[in-house]
Amino acid sequence: MRIGVDVGGTNTDAVLLQGNSVIAKYKAPTSADIASGIVQAIGDVLTQGSVSASQVGAVMIGTTHFTNAFVEASHLSRVGVIRLAAPATLSVRPLADWPQRLLNSIGEAAEIASGGYNYDGRPIASLDPDEIQRIARKFKAQDIRAVAISSVFSPVNAAQEETAARIVSEEIPGVLLTLSSEIGRLGLIERENATVMNGALLSMAARVMFSFRQALKALGIHAPFFVSQNDGTLLDPDTVARFPVLTFASGPTNSMRGAAFLSGATDTLVMDIGGTTADVGALVNGFPRESSIAVDIGGVRTNFRMPDILSIGLGGGSHVKSDAGAVRVGPRSVGFRLLTEALVFGGTQLTATDIAVAAGYADVGDRDRVRHLDRKLVAAAVDEIHRLAEEALDRIKTSATAVKLVLVGGGSILINRDLKGVADLIVPAHADVANAIGAGIAQVSGEVDRIFSYDALGRDQSLRTAHSEAIDRAIAAGAAATSVHVVDVEELPLQYLPGGSVRIRVKAVGDLNMGRALE
Amino acid sequence: MLRQAIRDHGPVDLIEVDALGDSDFVVPFAMMGAPTVLVEKLPNGNEMVAALHLMERYRNEKACAILCAEIGGINALLPLVLAARCGLRVVDGDGMGRAFPQLQMVTYHIFGVPVSPMVMTDEHSNAVLFECANAADAERFGRNLVVAMGGSSNICLYPMHGLDAKRSIVRSTISLALGLGRAIRESRGAGRDPFDALLSYLRTTPYYQHCRLLFEGKIVDILRETKAGFALGAVTIEGIGTCVGRKISIQFQNEHLVAREGDKVRAIVPDLIAVMDALTAEPITTEALKYGQRVKVLGISAAPIMRSKNALAVFGPQAFGLPEPFTPLEELNPQASRDGVL
Repeated sequence: MRIGVDVGGTNTDAVLLQGNSVIAKYKAPTSADIASGIVQAIGDVLTQGSVSASQVGAVMIGTTHFTNAFVEASHLSRVGVIRLAAPATLSVRPLADWPQRLLNSIGEAAEIASGGYNYDGRPIASLDPDEIQRIARKFKAQDIRAVAISSVFSPVNAAQEETAARIVSEEIPGVLLTLSSEIGRLGLIERENATVMNGALLSMAARVMFSFRQALKALGIHAPFFVSQNDGTLLDPDTVARFPVLTFASGPTNSMRGAAFLSGATDTLVMDIGGTTADVGALVNGFPRESSIAVDIGGVRTNFRMPDILSIGLGGGSHVKSDAGAVRVGPRSVGFRLLTEALVFGGTQLTATDIAVAAGYADVGDRDRVRHLDRKLVAAAVDEIHRLAEEALDRIKTSATAVKLVLVGGGSILINRDLKGVADLIVPAHADVANAIGAGIAQVSGEVDRIFSYDALGRDQSLRTAHSEAIDRAIAAGAAATSVHVVDVEELPLQYLPGGSVRIRVKAVGDLNMGRALE
Repeated sequence: MLRQAIRDHGPVDLIEVDALGDSDFVVPFAMMGAPTVLVEKLPNGNEMVAALHLMERYRNEKACAILCAEIGGINALLPLVLAARCGLRVVDGDGMGRAFPQLQMVTYHIFGVPVSPMVMTDEHSNAVLFECANAADAERFGRNLVVAMGGSSNICLYPMHGLDAKRSIVRSTISLALGLGRAIRESRGAGRDPFDALLSYLRTTPYYQHCRLLFEGKIVDILRETKAGFALGAVTIEGIGTCVGRKISIQFQNEHLVAREGDKVRAIVPDLIAVMDALTAEPITTEALKYGQRVKVLGISAAPIMRSKNALAVFGPQAFGLPEPFTPLEELNPQASRDGVL
C-alpha cells in the first residue's frame, strides 16, 4: 500500500493506493498548519480503507508550500551570495534582476570573488581563501545564516565551491549552505538564482520536513516518505531539507501524471480545474510536455524544467458577476474559502460552483440556496465557463484537429458539455484527486548535465559514462536498480569551438525501491 | 548585462548612420565563441573597453561611435553595453541584417573594409592584435585564439570611417529589432496571435517585407555533427494543422541555411529561415531544437544589400557548400498568404 498526498494552496488531497487501484480518497481545505492537515488526510484514508498504519509501504507528498512561500516572500531567510568568478562575470552582478519585494526579504549581500573555471576545467583564476574568509566574516557580522555559493562552470568542476563552503562553515558555525553544483544545470545566472532561492528556503525546509515526520509518527507510520519534485519524480526528506527548491512546480506535473494514470492515455491534453485556476498542459509519452522557454518564478529567472502549462482564472471558486448584460467568470476567486463563501455552502458570494449546481449538473452543497438565481444569468454563466475552457484549450493545442482531453481536479464538475475542438473528453474516476494520485505513483530519477571531451574520451565512452552516472544517481536517490532506465539523452556540441567538447544531458528514471514493506 | 551597464553608466543614444561625419572613426564590436560558454562565463565588462582602447591606441584615433557587427543573439546588445561603458553612441544598423557564423560574412567585408587591425580580449583583459592579409585568415586565427581564451572572446574588427560605414552598413536594423520585439510583446499581452503581429510588422519594414509562413509542424528528426567547431545538421519537421501530410527539412550550420520540401527549395541563405515555437513565437536556436517541438517556420527576405553578386559570393548558398543557386524567397513562394500556410 502507498499513500499519495497533495498539499495545494486550496485543498489537501490524499489517496490510498494498492498497486494500481484507488482504495480510498480524501479532500479537504488546506489547513494553515499543513502537518495537521496531512495527519487528518492520511488518518481519514486509512480509516476508510480499514488499513493499519503498519501496512503502509511508502508515503509520497506533493506540496506547493515552498513555491508559495517563495512567491509570497514569506518566511524566507536572508541569504549571502558568493560567486566565484572574478575577473569574469563582473558585468552582471548576482541578484541583478530580482524584484525588490524579494530582495527586501533575502537582503542584497552578494560578492563576486576570485575563481571559477573554463569549460574545459581550467581555472579562470584561483580561489583566494583569505578573500572568502573576509566575505564570510562580513556576512556573519550582518547576522546572515544562509549562504549560497556559485561558480562559473561548477557543473564541470565543483572543487572551488566545495573549498569555499569549508571556509564559510568554519567562519559561520551552523551556516546553511547551498552550492550551485548541487542544484544543477549550465547557465550561471539561472543556476545561481536557484541556489539563492534554495538558501532562502533552507531553514523553513528543515522545519517543514520535521513536521511531516512528526505527522507520520503521530499516525504510527514508520514507512519512508518522499516529496515530489518538478519533473514528477521523488526526493527523500533529507534531500528536500537540503534542496527545497527542487519541489517547485511539482503540482501541475503531479496532476498531469495522475491524469495519465487514471485515463490510461499517454498522449493527450489535460485540464486540471481547481478552486482558483484551470491549468492546461499536454502529455507526450505519459510525461508533461516541457516548456521551451526559461521559467520565471516570482519574477526570478531559472532554468528548471517545467511543464508547459497555461493557467487561466477559472475554478470552482471563481466569482460570477453580471455586468451590463455580460456575465463574467473569474479571475477573482474565493479560493480555499469556497466551503464557507459559496452560496450553496451558505455563503454570500456567487461562484462558478453555484452556477453548476443551479444549472442542475453538479450536486454539491444545498441546491435550495441557488433556486432564486435568474435562469438567464445561469445559462449565460454556463456558456462563459465553457467558452473560457475552450479558449484555453485552443491556445495550448498545436493543431486545428480535434484532440483528446482528460479533465481532472475538483473543479471538473464545472464542465458538462462537449467542448469545441475536443474529439474525446474523458473525466476519469477519481479525477478530483488526480494530483494526489500523481504523487502516489511517482518514480525516482537521476540526472547528469556536463561537458565531455570527445577528443579525449571518445563519443561512446563519454555517453557510457554519462548513462551510468545518471543510473547510479537514480539508484542512490532510491530507485530499484532493476527498474532504472534512461528516459532522455541530449548531446549538444559546443558551437563555434574546435576540439570536440560536447554537453551531454542524461536522465534516468526507475520505480521506487520500497523493499519488502510493500504490497 | 545591458541593464546593469545602463544603470551604472546611463542610457545609450542610437544614431542614424547619416549622422556620422565622413571622417568619424567608428568601430564594430562583437563576441566570438560558444553560446554555451557565454551563459556561464559572462564578461567582466572591462575587457570590452580594453579591446576598444587598444584599437584606438593602435590607430591613434578616438572612436566616435560603436557599430554592431551582427544583429543576432547577444551580439545585437553587446555594442550597446560597450557604448554605455564608454559614453559613446551606437549606430543604428549592423553588418548582416541577421546572424552568420563567420567573421568574413559581413557587409563591411563585402564593401571592401579591411577586417584588421582586429583586437581580441578575454576576461583578464589579455589582448591580442592581429594584422591579417584577409578576412578568411582573420576568421581562422581568431577561431583558434577563442579556444585559448576559454571559449569566448571580445572582438573589435573592421575599424572604419563614417564614409565607409554609410556605404556598407545594413541600415536601421537595431530599431527594426526593437519594433519587432514590441509587436510580439504587445500581441501576447493582448492575447492575439503573435505570428500575425510578427508578419504584419515585417511587412511594414524596408528589407523584411517579403515574409512567408512556410510551414507548421512537429520536429521528428534532428541530425547533428560538429566539424571544425561548427554545428552542422539538419532538422526534419512533419506537418500538422494546415500542413498535415507534408514534410520539410532544414539544413543548418549554426544558422539555418536552406529549407527544402521534397526537392523543392522553399527558402535559402542569405534569406532568413526562422524556426519558432508554434504557440509563443519564441525563436528556437539550432542548438535548442528538440524532438517533438511544435514549431512554425518563417521565411524572411534579406536586405537587398545582402543579395548582391558580391554578397552572395561571401554568404550565399555556395559559401556554405550548397548545390542550389540563390533564389529570392518571394520568387520561390510567389503568393503571400496573410493568414494561412502556403
